[in-house]
Amino acid sequence: MISDINQLRLQFPILGREIYSKPLVYFDNAATAQKPLSVIEMSSLLLEQTNGNVHRAPHRMANDCTSYYEGAREKVRAFLNASGTDEIIFTSGTTASINLIARSFSSKFLKSGDTILLSQAEHHSNIVPWQLVANELGLNIKVLPVDQSGRILSEKIDEYLDDSVKLISITHISNVTGLITPVKDICKKAQAKGVITVIDGAQGIVHSKVDVKDIGCDFYAFSAHKLYGPTGVGVLYGKRDLLEQMPPWMGGGDMIESVSFEKTEYAPLPLKFEAGTPNYAGVAAMGAALDFCNSLVENIHKHESDLIKAMKEGLSEIDGIKLFGGFENERIPLFSFTVDGAHASDIAILMDKMGIALRSGKLCAEPLVKHFGAESVVRASLLPYNTLEEVEIFISSLKRVVKMLLN
Amino acid sequence: MSIKEEEQRIIEEFSVFDDWMDKYEYLIEIGKSLPVIDESGKSEPNLINGCQSRVWLAAEYKEGKIWFTADSDAIITKGIISLLIRVLSGRTPKEILDADLAFIGQIGLEENLSPTRANGLRSMIIKIRTYAAAYINN
Repeated sequence: MISDINQLRLQFPILGREIYSKPLVYFDNAATAQKPLSVIEMSSLLLEQTNGNVHRAPHRMANDCTSYYEGAREKVRAFLNASGTDEIIFTSGTTASINLIARSFSSKFLKSGDTILLSQAEHHSNIVPWQLVANELGLNIKVLPVDQSGRILSEKIDEYLDDSVKLISITHISNVTGLITPVKDICKKAQAKGVITVIDGAQGIVHSKVDVKDIGCDFYAFSAHKLYGPTGVGVLYGKRDLLEQMPPWMGGGDMIESVSFEKTEYAPLPLKFEAGTPNYAGVAAMGAALDFCNSLVENIHKHESDLIKAMKEGLSEIDGIKLFGGFENERIPLFSFTVDGAHASDIAILMDKMGIALRSGKLCAEPLVKHFGAESVVRASLLPYNTLEEVEIFISSLKRVVKMLLN
Repeated sequence: MSIKEEEQRIIEEFSVFDDWMDKYEYLIEIGKSLPVIDESGKSEPNLINGCQSRVWLAAEYKEGKIWFTADSDAIITKGIISLLIRVLSGRTPKEILDADLAFIGQIGLEENLSPTRANGLRSMIIKIRTYAAAYINN
């Protein structure tokens, strides 16, 4: 159990490095999180000690890798409180998970004239996959609006759920505003009208306790790499009865029961959706990442709210700052902003030279950034391994940088 | 002064800074002194859109040489543009096409030209070369 921040930081070797001779302040966690030793060790183990392709060969190392792989599936199931491991599909990330649903679900269940409901606050990976199938199948896309602060107007959802809407795909937590969508409420209203619900959990899985039964969603998608795990691994949770009816979206080895040129039988869930050699080394390391998440105890979360408070206080001292998502709304420790007279990209480049890693640009959410009337924004995103001292360095460096750019 | 000599002068100017912030402070200063492109030059065909920042580039061919003016909404980008213009503007198409612009790397600003920055600078250099290639047979 990890309760102390210094102890927590020691789990992350990368946090001790220097950038341009300055101690690294890593505030780009919404893009990807750093990895704890347990994840690094598991990754090494599968490179150095135990490597055999899963589900196939009858030898020891293949069996061990299969155990790690299927063991991780059970860890994901428990983490999400899903009903069974057959509801957990391994993918390459949130993007692949959403593309899988968009392709497979739409081809089976949607027809020309049906509507998909998205929100103004979506990441490109929860927009473009739907546009691709909408173009092919003649579907409509409608957009649930946001208010001035960027908060999704979820209270208006009933107005948008007309009879043509068959599916809603919405972010759990915005990667631009850091605001939390009331997904449970949305799923309840959607379900009452027989609308399928998809949650983009790329940020949500990191900053909230996800219980898919409690949320009541049909699908939940996330990536391992934002959750202290490796890149190239993701999860699609789906309700069993839906997944069973959906056709495979990729064909290949491991997803079949029997193959002949006349007729191929597909494997049962979850392998039906896992064609080809999966990223079993990555999945094993994700298992270690979930163990790590489970070891974080409650006072780490209290520390997270201290970080949010300190960031809000510090940012409010910057002249000409616009904080998207607003200072009042409840948020995760993610802060996108602009400063009048200073370009976002200039701020991020100069902060990098002071050892501070930030993101700038349109954040893969151009419709929302445009909604704010911005061309480019700066984003600082924190995790519990960040410290109040780092927040202080961030704020004082930001003040220095803004001064440099404005003078 | 040849392109190489101009590049060498820039390298010398930057060599006095051993601190990154000082180097960028100087770049910002250069960016601020870049003569701004006239509003007419900030037209859609001259716009090079990047994820991070926008760049405008206008070119004029006169008596065998190409003259560039440019602008950006980001000041660091503008600083680098200013250096590129100092080196490349008023040169013959052949001189422009032969320039390897190695000075950018030597003053430590290469990362600003990497595709990940997506700030339009790479595209701007490609556009400059495209102009030069178009006029090379004139």
